[in-house]
Amino acid sequence: MNELNSEQANDTQSPTRTVDVSSVLGEKSKDIGALASCIDIEHLNLYYAKDKQALIDINLTIPKQRVTAFIGPSGCGKSSLLRCFNRMNDLVDDCVIEGLVALDGDDIYQKSVDVADLRRRVGMVFQKPNPFPKSIYENVAYGLRIQGINSKRILDEAVEKSLKAAALWDEVKDRLNDSALGMSGGQQQRLVIARTIAVEPEVLLLDEPASALDPISTLKIEELINELKNDYTIVIVTHNMQQAARVSDYTAFMYMGNMVEFDATDTIFTNPREKQTEDYITGRYG
Amino acid sequence: MNPQAEGHGQHISQQFNAELEDIKNHMLEMGGAVEKQVTDALLSITSADSGLASEVLVEENNIDALEIKIDEECNLILARRQPAASDLRLVLAIIKTVRDLERIGDESAKIARMAIKLTEEGDFPEGIIEFRHLGDRVARMVSLALDAFARYDASAALEIAQDDIIVDNEYGSAMRSLITYMMEDPRSISRMLNLLWALRALERIGDHAKNVSEHVIYLVKGMDVRHAPLDNVAEKIARSD
Repeated sequence: MNELNSEQANDTQSPTRTVDVSSVLGEKSKDIGALASCIDIEHLNLYYAKDKQALIDINLTIPKQRVTAFIGPSGCGKSSLLRCFNRMNDLVDDCVIEGLVALDGDDIYQKSVDVADLRRRVGMVFQKPNPFPKSIYENVAYGLRIQGINSKRILDEAVEKSLKAAALWDEVKDRLNDSALGMSGGQQQRLVIARTIAVEPEVLLLDEPASALDPISTLKIEELINELKNDYTIVIVTHNMQQAARVSDYTAFMYMGNMVEFDATDTIFTNPREKQTEDYITGRYG
Repeated sequence: MNPQAEGHGQHISQQFNAELEDIKNHMLEMGGAVEKQVTDALLSITSADSGLASEVLVEENNIDALEIKIDEECNLILARRQPAASDLRLVLAIIKTVRDLERIGDESAKIARMAIKLTEEGDFPEGIIEFRHLGDRVARMVSLALDAFARYDASAALEIAQDDIIVDNEYGSAMRSLITYMMEDPRSISRMLNLLWALRALERIGDHAKNVSEHVIYLVKGMDVRHAPLDNVAEKIARSD
């Protein structure tokens, strides 16, 4: 009798399958063109010297309120590209940039652009936490103070809001006047993120934000990135491919100054188009 | 992109290369053992050999053990290496294929059990031709599906998936023949029912071979073609080449 039952059970998996699965066969890549764009990059070339081209004809659209990750081997140009977005490369002597980088449709390399204001709109966090040697409170309030805001009420509010957004408030609310330098590395990095978002930027550039942190702090930063993407456009450079796979919606793979492939992270990590991408993410690049 | 047909080598980590090669080789070894189970089970019915049928039943345990061993190896790779792209697809395809192979082993064992019953009932030729015909086709599907896996051949895999439609049709017509035999001679009913179970097992083996070929298409092309109309799949594969 058991035999009979199992045979009947098998019958339910009839081999004539006519389910409509056009969606399954559809392109896995989300239609990037359909998303609102935040930063548009067109034909971008960057030279550190006449014969030293670091970025070669980059064309890319960073979607709004999504996390975009840049991956690639050392020296591939991902940090150089990131630095173009808030004109950090202006600080490098002999650096020549050609092409268009537009934030919300406006060319950020126009002469009329106020670079300090641009950097407020496009905040940046670096690999090594760099809090100022001041109190936790003053670190977060710093950006607002240099904007001329001194009202204690406004500053208090902004500090609390930013520290909460950076998932740090509960850990530090009782010691806001302690020195920021006494915090752990992971806390310092979250403090730096709080300092960056206190001035209400549109874009957060994260250059290896977790590479100097322990695994738990790293996870906290990744969780934070996930929360922040509701309000900010986030671009992250990372050497940790699993991190890119975990936190980003879109991934760009760069190699020797070229943008090799840009696609939905799901696609890049399961079925990339280019062999170079495949070799890199599977650990064959050598 | 197509995964490297030359194998899963060239990782910076030699150990990782070796681990991927190992699971693939173990899966193909299991495939070879399962292929033999299918042909032995077929032969045990067509030549009324209950001794061979008993061997199939014993060997079944080894197939089960292989399934557990390969699953374990795949689990360790997932946990320790976090494979991506074609490596990830290889591990997933192997996990799924091993499951289908184990089921093919189960169905072969069912056929072997029917062989033992049939030989006990004495030797009648009716229905054996239909059984042998379908059996040969299904056994070929299994070995072609494994070949396609070994060679990363999505086009061959697609042909095997298409073969499953023929198997289903032949299963239907074989069943009608057996019903005719039963009507002609009611004394054959019990024997024909046993043969019918064995035919049913063959049809299921065909389905599992089709599943394996779908895993191959996933491995090579990154497309999940389960439950998809085969025409669409063919078009997709042609476009990606």
